Amino acid sequence: MEQVLFRHNKPGRPVTFAEYCAEGGFAALHKALKELSPDDVQRAVIDSGLRGRGGAGFPTGKKWSFVPRDLPGPRYLICNCDEMEPGTYKDRALLEANPYSLVEGMVLAGYAIGVSHAFIFIRRGYELPAANLRHAIAEAKEAGLLGRNILGSGFSMEIDIHLSAGRYICGEETALMNALEGVRANPRAKPPFPAVKGLWGRPTVVNNVETLANVPYIVANGATRFKGLATTPEGSGMKLFCPSGHVRNTVCMELPLGMTLGEIIDGPCGGMLPGKKFKACIPGGASTPYFTADHFNVPMDFDAVAKAGSRLGTGGIVVFDEQTCMVGATLNLTQFFARESCGWCTPCREGLPYVREILTRIEAGGGEPEDIEILREHVHYLNYTFCALAPGAMGPVEGLLQLFEDEIREHITKRRCPFR
Amino acid sequence: MIPEELKKELHARVATAITPREAAVDVMKELQRHYGWLTDEAVHEAAELLALSPLQVEELATFYEMIYRRPVGKRVLHVCDSISCWAVGYETLMAHLGKRLGVEPGGTTADGMFTLLPCACLGLCGDGPAMMVGETLYGKVTPEIADEILAKERQGL
Repeated sequence: MEQVLFRHNKPGRPVTFAEYCAEGGFAALHKALKELSPDDVQRAVIDSGLRGRGGAGFPTGKKWSFVPRDLPGPRYLICNCDEMEPGTYKDRALLEANPYSLVEGMVLAGYAIGVSHAFIFIRRGYELPAANLRHAIAEAKEAGLLGRNILGSGFSMEIDIHLSAGRYICGEETALMNALEGVRANPRAKPPFPAVKGLWGRPTVVNNVETLANVPYIVANGATRFKGLATTPEGSGMKLFCPSGHVRNTVCMELPLGMTLGEIIDGPCGGMLPGKKFKACIPGGASTPYFTADHFNVPMDFDAVAKAGSRLGTGGIVVFDEQTCMVGATLNLTQFFARESCGWCTPCREGLPYVREILTRIEAGGGEPEDIEILREHVHYLNYTFCALAPGAMGPVEGLLQLFEDEIREHITKRRCPFR
Repeated sequence: MIPEELKKELHARVATAITPREAAVDVMKELQRHYGWLTDEAVHEAAELLALSPLQVEELATFYEMIYRRPVGKRVLHVCDSISCWAVGYETLMAHLGKRLGVEPGGTTADGMFTLLPCACLGLCGDGPAMMVGETLYGKVTPEIADEILAKERQGL
């Protein structure tokens, strides 16, 4: 199987700068700066069908195209490496193996958008990816691939690293810009969208690590070849999946978009742990509604997963065996979102702790039948919040109500958790 | 009060920022490294360095998980309580650590050595249960491994 992001990986250590270059690394940057205009690069990314790998799946080239062309003054590129969605560790795996494709992708993106100053926003705890990136940035500068007058093209760009101090909401792109500016990281109102008015009020593009790291392949090999990597006609490219929970292989893997959930779990994941039976999974990180074995034939691609009632999200697949209490799992997820709410808008600040209290009560055996209706109302009302955190938090609750209402009722009638 | 040397270093960091407050997280982290936690005095010092009011610093200090506005032990054990770790033994690990250290989550040991905190996803979801001590990440932490980590951290002090 062809690998795009993992093709330079070396067992147990990061690829070196020399190896990356010898294996075709930075060829895309040479090609772009010598033969292609910024518009050509942007066009290639649009044609490739690349969609954001951070969770929302917005078309990357389209996002770039929103940046006003003729506005004087600086514009910014931010790489979002605030990977704090529970169940997600793909960007860490990528940067621990190879920081260079991100650096190359950022310079290409910067060239396409006309950026001279870019930032990488890194979550707390990712000291090793940060160290690898610092190293890679220094090496790229030394080789004339970053900094002033890159490869003699006249194009210049710097990359700065910002290390965060830990808060999930910083991964939301407008909150991230506040965090970078040193302002409390509440999300901002949209519109204006970051592409028009972002970091320090300037046009800004925010892209995920994996998204940007795919750009060199697209520029070097063409949009058609990238598109063809997916197994579905509407899909495009490869995707990093990071399984966790009760399957055998819980390592990050690069797979074609469009493989079915069942193929992924029984194939590269190696099936369930010995003696365990599949019950459900979170298909794409903490904010995505559950899938069950009935969904094994769903192609893991943006549109197909959405059509089946969930979201591809980050590619973080968390697998639960039959002994897992889904009320307990949903309580754990709700606890996370309630704690990580920035507190800015009332429905999120007050609603999430309320949902948590109800789930706590049900799990402890004190639930009432009417609690189910209260949960359902919250799934509805928490769509009307300032940002996407609370609607995301309701993903698992919605899944619980849809797929495991019997299990909730069992808690209520038995007045205890049937799994404890 | 922070030493003149550190103050100079932090002034230099702030000077490289596009606006001073861009350096706020870095400055708070360094002051915390010096004091062990972000003391009231540190909040005032950060405010002066960043040309902000103490309230503006407080707004940031109380926002981040890794900035401590209360005294903590010499080592803070951040135990991941998010979904993947929960599925593979977080509750067992937390209970074990609490018993071993004689503290509830959020508490500090009587000797001031360890503070035990649950924390949000550490990005070690494939290697749960996970914990972080200082800047070191540990995966697949069984109760036995947790004891080894405690012994190692004690020795390192």
